[in-house]
This record gives sequence, C-alpha cells and structure tokens, in this order.
Amino acid sequence: MRIKNRLYNNTLYIMLCGELDECSANYTRSLIDDLLDNSEIYKQVIFDLSELEFMDSTGIGVLIGRYKKLKNKNIPIYICNASNHVEKIFKMSGLYEIMPKIS
Amino acid sequence: MIYRNEMKLKVKALSENESFCRACVASFCSSLIPSIEELSDIKTAVSEAVTNCVVHAYPVEKGFIDISVKIIGSSVYITIADNGVGIENVEKAKEPFYTTIKTGERSGMGFSVMESFMDSVVVKSELGKGVTVTMIKKIGSNACAIGG
Repeated sequence: MRIKNRLYNNTLYIMLCGELDECSANYTRSLIDDLLDNSEIYKQVIFDLSELEFMDSTGIGVLIGRYKKLKNKNIPIYICNASNHVEKIFKMSGLYEIMPKIS
Repeated sequence: MIYRNEMKLKVKALSENESFCRACVASFCSSLIPSIEELSDIKTAVSEAVTNCVVHAYPVEKGFIDISVKIIGSSVYITIADNGVGIENVEKAKEPFYTTIKTGERSGMGFSVMESFMDSVVVKSELGKGVTVTMIKKIGSNACAIGG
C-alpha cells in the first residue's frame, strides 16, 4: 500500500494505491492517521480510490475507523473514483451512506 | 462430457499469504473464462475466508489453511478450511457487523461479503476442530469454452 496526498482549498485528498486487506490494514491505518493528525487545517477529506486495486471487509473496518475519528471533529469524508469491485463492497456494506460518493 | 479440474493449496495462516491465495484461486478459475467482475468476486470471497482463518482460527500458534478448488462444468467449488478453535455459533457469526473481536476496528462483514459475492456459502464448524467454508459460483455465459 502506498498513499499520496495533497491539501487544496481546505480539502485533504488521500489517494490509496495498492491492496487494502488484513496484511496491509495496520500499515494503511497508521499512514492515514498520520496525515489526519499532522496535516494543516482541513474541513473535509476526500479518498481517491482510483488506484486501489483490491479491498475486502478488512478495508471496511479501516474506513469506518477513520470515519469515527473524524466525526468527533465534524469533518466529513467523501469517496471518489472507486473501481466496480470496490464500489460493490461500498454498496453492500452501506459505506456510501456515511461517506458519500462524489465525482 | 463435463469439464472437471481440481487443485489443492496448503498455506500457513499468515496475513501475507492472503494475496497469494486469492490470486492463486482466481488464476486457477481462469480456464472458465470468467468476466473481470466474476474474478473480483472470487478473489474477494477467498480473501474473506482466508482472513477469518488468519485472524480467528489460531490464537496461539499459527496452523495451516487448506484450500481446495474444484471446477465441475461451469461451476467453481471452493473449500477453505482450518484446524483451529472453531466458531461457537455459526448463525451468529454470519450476522452483518457481528464480530467477536471488539478491538482493532473489525467490520464483522466477512460472511456477508462472501454471501453477496458467491452463489452459495456453507459454513461448518465444531469447537476445537476448526471451520470449513464451502462456496460455489457459477461462471457466466462464456463458461463452456473448454467444457465442449
């Protein structure tokens, strides 16, 4: 798993590149949390999943964890560019209801 | 004549073997010429079952995961088994968002994902003897290319 990020217009963009499963979950979680905790002021987070090649239900847990963390600060999460496969997981788990899809 | 093929795989229950397991099973199924979506479904369901073995089956010393895949006609039968602690209540374990591990951000969606991505999922377990998950998926209209 690799992560790219940029801060633009009070929005923290986080791009997940690679595979998000049990093997990469802890590392991914710590990379994302490092960004969430140490970035300059941002008012929303957008996860760009265009380079996320695989995700299973372990990834659902990682994303719900980040959602809970930011909910306390009233910072919303949005999702863009999920592949068909990843989108299927988002739809069946209801993840889009707490972190809406944007284009 | 019905096309038949079979393979077995035995790996240690380590998370770093997950991507190998799902890629291996998906690759074996490629003789049925599945769609990209069908391959993704198989990879994801295998990943869920293997993750369960890695996370739950062997709390003390890591044992092995036995994967067997049979292709009969245009259907794939995938069995993923461990010899670990087993599941006390299988019906409860299959409920969405149910997890026995309260720490560590577990989604509890593993069996739900398997059930929604495969045509059939059967889970058998006996406490102290392990878990066997059998999943079936019929591969679509291009599936008879080799079957003859």
